Amino acid sequence: MSKKLKRQLKRIGISGALFAAGMVLEHIPEFGNIAANVKGFDLAVIFRVISALFFIASYLLIGLEVVKSAISGVRRKQMMDENFLMTIATFGAFFLGDLGEACAVMLFYQVGEWFQSYAVGKSRKSIKELMDICPEYANVKRADSIEEVDPDEVQVGEIIVIKPGERVPLDGIVREGFSSLDTKAITGESMPRDIKPGEQIVSGCVNMSAVLEVEVTKVYENSTVAKILDLVENASANKAEAEQFISRFARVYTPIVVYSAMALAFVPPLFITLGNILGFWGSPVNAGWSDWIYRGLVFLVTSCPCALVISIPLSFFGGIGGAGKEGILIKGSNYLEALAKVDTVVMDKTGTLTKGTFSLQETHPIHVSKEDFLKTLAHVEYLSNHPIAKSVVSAYQGEVDEQLLHNMKEIPGKGIQVDIAGVTCYGGNYRLMEELGFSNLQESSLGTIVHLAKGKEYLGYAVVADSLKRDTKEAIAGMKACGVSRLIMLTGDKKETAEAVAAEIGMDTVCAELLPVDKVTRVEELLAKKKGDAKICFVGDGMNDAPVLARADIGIAMGGMGSDAAIEAADIVIMTDEPSKIARAIKISRKTLSIVRQNIVGAIGIKVVVLILTALGYVGMWAAVFADVGVAFLAILNAMRALKTK
Amino acid sequence: MKKVYILEDLDCAHCAALIEEEVGKLEGVSKSSLAFLTQKLTIEVAEDKAAAVEKAIIDIVRKREPDVTVIAK
Repeated sequence: MSKKLKRQLKRIGISGALFAAGMVLEHIPEFGNIAANVKGFDLAVIFRVISALFFIASYLLIGLEVVKSAISGVRRKQMMDENFLMTIATFGAFFLGDLGEACAVMLFYQVGEWFQSYAVGKSRKSIKELMDICPEYANVKRADSIEEVDPDEVQVGEIIVIKPGERVPLDGIVREGFSSLDTKAITGESMPRDIKPGEQIVSGCVNMSAVLEVEVTKVYENSTVAKILDLVENASANKAEAEQFISRFARVYTPIVVYSAMALAFVPPLFITLGNILGFWGSPVNAGWSDWIYRGLVFLVTSCPCALVISIPLSFFGGIGGAGKEGILIKGSNYLEALAKVDTVVMDKTGTLTKGTFSLQETHPIHVSKEDFLKTLAHVEYLSNHPIAKSVVSAYQGEVDEQLLHNMKEIPGKGIQVDIAGVTCYGGNYRLMEELGFSNLQESSLGTIVHLAKGKEYLGYAVVADSLKRDTKEAIAGMKACGVSRLIMLTGDKKETAEAVAAEIGMDTVCAELLPVDKVTRVEELLAKKKGDAKICFVGDGMNDAPVLARADIGIAMGGMGSDAAIEAADIVIMTDEPSKIARAIKISRKTLSIVRQNIVGAIGIKVVVLILTALGYVGMWAAVFADVGVAFLAILNAMRALKTK
Repeated sequence: MKKVYILEDLDCAHCAALIEEEVGKLEGVSKSSLAFLTQKLTIEVAEDKAAAVEKAIIDIVRKREPDVTVIAK
C-alpha cells in the first residue's frame, strides 16, 4: 500500500466515525425518553445541531479535496469530471436538507475510489513482479579485481562473473565454467538449461549451480532483458480496437448523459408547472422541482464511464503480462485482440515446424552392412563443412581416422570426393552419380539424398532430413482445436518433402518450392481474399522472413531467445522454439477478449439499468455511487483475471 | 528527442487520457503517449522546446491530478 493510500484510508476511517456519531446523535431523540425541554431548549433541536456539526466535519474531512478539484475544474471550464458531479450531487442533498445523505454519498464515493486505487495498485504490482527480470548489478573483472557496477556501465568485450543464484545481467558468451540456467523468467520454461564455455548466454536467466565467466557481447541497452522490458512496457501504447471504442464511446456518451440529466431535472417539473398555469390538470399538482433535480443528479453520478476507461486497458495489460509469463511476448493490445480473430495460420516449415537442423534419418546400403556404409560415408564427409556432411558425421558413433583421408575435393552443387586409404570415394547427389556412370538409382521422397560410391562400386544412399520439433503435432492439433480453420505451410523445400511433412502433421495446404519473395506474394494473396475481420497470422523463425512477418496481420516469430532479428521484426515473439505456444497465445487472447467483453457489457448494462431506475425515481444516490465506483471496482477485479493464464 | 516521465501516484485513468491529450497539443511535442498502468509518459519533443515543455507538463499534471508527482527519467 502506498503512502497516499494509507493516508486516505485513515481519513476514510475518521470521517466514517464522525459520520456514525452524527447518525446516532440525529436519531437519539427519536428513541430516548429524554425530556423534550431542558431549561427552555428543545432537546431534539440541540441534537440535530450537534449531529449536523458532526456531519459537516465528516463531509469536510472526506470531501474537501473533491470540492476543491471541482472548483478548479470549473475555473478551467472543464467541469464535467467526477469531482464536479460528486460536488453538485452532495451539495444538492445539503440544500434539500439531508446532511446525512450528502455525507454518506461522499464517504461511499471515497471508499469506492480507494478500492479502485487499491486494485489498480495491486495489479500494477503483480505486473511489475512479472517483469522483475531486471538485473540490478554486474560483477565486472577489471584490473585483477571484481567490481560490482550497474549493468549500464559494462562495455562490450569485458568479462563479467556470475555467481550461483545471480541473474545474468547482460548477453554474452560463456568463457569459463559449466553450470545450469533457470530460464523461466524469459522462456516460461521450468526445465533448467545446461551451459558450457563457448555457448551464448542470455540476460534475465538465473545462474543456478556454478560460477560462470562471461564475455559481454552487448551493452545493457541492447541486451535481451532491456528489449523485453521495453517491449512489454510500451505494449499498451499500441491500443486495441476495444480501447479505441471505449474512448470514442466516452466522447459521445458523456454529453448525451449530461443533456439527458439536465432534461430529467428540468423538463418534467417545467411541464407540470406549465400545466398548472394553463390549468391542464384541473386542480394544481405539485411540480416536485427538488425531487426531479435530485433525480437528475443521481443520473449524472451513475453515468461516469470510469469502469470502462480503467478496466479495458487493464484487461489487455493483464493478458499481455500473463502471456509474458509463459514466454510469449505480445507487442501491443491490438495484436492480442487480433489474435483472437485468427482463422488462418500460415507457417514457415524450416525452423518453425521443424528443428531447422539436419539429421541422418535413414540409410539404404547395397552389398555392405549398415555399419560399414555409415563408416565410409562419415569418412567421405568428414572434411566438409556442409551442414549435410556434418549431420552424417555426427550420426556416426565410431572414430574417424583422419590419417586415411587424402585429396579431398568439393564438387559444387554435386558433392564431395576423397581418397580413403588410396581408394577414391564419392558422396553426393544423383547428378554426381550419373557422372560416375551409375544410373536408375532408387530414391526415397523424403529429405535430401546422399549417394555413396567407393571406386567403381555403388554402395547405396542415406537420407538426411530436418526433423520435426517435439511438439509440432500437438501444436497443429491445438490450433485446430482453437478454431483455426486454415493451416498453410510455406516452404522453399521441394514438393515431395513438403507434402510428406504436411501429411504427417496434419497441415491442410502446402505451398512448396517458394523463394522468399514468393512467400510475401502468397500472404498478400491470402490477405486480399480474406473475409470480414478474420485475421491472418504468419509464423516464422524471424531469421529471413522479416518481410512476411511485417506483411501479415500478425507476425509471430519463434525462438526469440537470443535472436534480436526475431524480436524486432515480429508482432508477437515466442521466446522458446515451441510451436505449441501459438495455440496458448490464441487461448490467452480469447480469454482476455471475453473478459473485455464482460466488462463492457456488464458495466454498460448495470449503468443503463440504474439510469432507467433513476429516471423513474426508484433508486437514490447510493445506487448511483455503486454504479460508478462499485462497478469500476468489480470491473477491475474481473480484469485482473486476465493476468492468471492457467 | 524522446523524453520519459514517471507520473507517480497516477490512478485516474480518465485523467491520464486527458493529460496525454493536452501534452500532445503542447508546442514542440510531436507525440505523446501515457501508459496508465506503468505510469509512464513518453513524448517526442523538439530539442529546443524540451525545457519549456517539461514545465508545461508539470503544470498540466498539477491541474489535472494534484496528487501526482512528475519525475523526469
